[in-house]
Amino acid sequence: MSVWIAVLATGLGCYALKLSGLVIPQRVLDDPRVRRFTGLVPVALLTALTAVQALADGRSLEFDAARLAGLGAAVAALALRAPFLVVLIAAAAVTAGLRLLGL
Amino acid sequence: MHDQVIDPAAARDERARAAAVRDGLSVGIAVGVSGLAFGAAAVTAGLTVAQACVLSLLTFTGASQFALAGVIGGGGGLVAGTLGAVLLGGRNALYGLRLAGTLGVRGWRRLLTAQAVIDETAAVATAQHGRAAARAGFYTTAISLYLAWNATTLLGAAGTARLGDPDAIGLDVLGPAAFLALLWPRLTGGGDAVRTALAAAVIAVAATPLLPPGVPVMLAAVAALPALLRGRAAS
Repeated sequence: MSVWIAVLATGLGCYALKLSGLVIPQRVLDDPRVRRFTGLVPVALLTALTAVQALADGRSLEFDAARLAGLGAAVAALALRAPFLVVLIAAAAVTAGLRLLGL
Repeated sequence: MHDQVIDPAAARDERARAAAVRDGLSVGIAVGVSGLAFGAAAVTAGLTVAQACVLSLLTFTGASQFALAGVIGGGGGLVAGTLGAVLLGGRNALYGLRLAGTLGVRGWRRLLTAQAVIDETAAVATAQHGRAAARAGFYTTAISLYLAWNATTLLGAAGTARLGDPDAIGLDVLGPAAFLALLWPRLTGGGDAVRTALAAAVIAVAATPLLPPGVPVMLAAVAALPALLRGRAAS
């Protein structure tokens, strides 16, 4: 049940933020510090999410070689400017392949 | 729509609009099918197929959805997971600020349009020349992406729910790989972005053994604070 509340709250919260952008006067962007900050918050969150999901299982840090190799494949695909879905498929394929080999 | 287009300006506008529709469809469908990955990741994390689908229908912003699924999968606190997912959606407010003038919507149209203010629609709209083309690009991306994202979320979630062990086919790497792909184009922004990213990664990983899952990611947002504290001198 509580997962449902989290699902609904996330949906509502994200919608409220989208709507706020269309409603708030555009003046708030006049301050370059606000512009810089709002541009960097997603960078911080996305990096933290990548790092935590790559290296952690719950509260313990773990080095899963197959998962890290999959992320390496994602980096290679991104460097080659592959589209989003190709990046994800490359990552999953490498991780699955290594696990199949017993890594 | 016009039988004869003689006015060269009108013909140019028409070409720009057609190009915007093509851009919108290709982005909408190409990114939309990534709903497969989200559906798979959500079920792998322990959400039900229905929860994955409702999350896609209501939230409709990939990074936040992957973030919530990731925290649930890691056994994390739902409050921290929800806050982190919503905070991540904060960038959509910024897109809205930039697009409000171009879209010029009011009333119920604004309420509907708001749901579609996300990375992809903002990217396509801002890449067009002229207001009509920007609007065409925005709405084409919005509709094609919404349909594709939700249809493939269902496919990915239902398909994964029938699999035995999602980890065996590498689905646990989908979350971090998706974040990395979303992060990648932002790192080209220069030294500030790379410094922020490194600091955020260090904070999040160092805090992971100490705090409940989900909280380290939110804590990592402080890595962006120097940009706010530094004076106006830089501008």
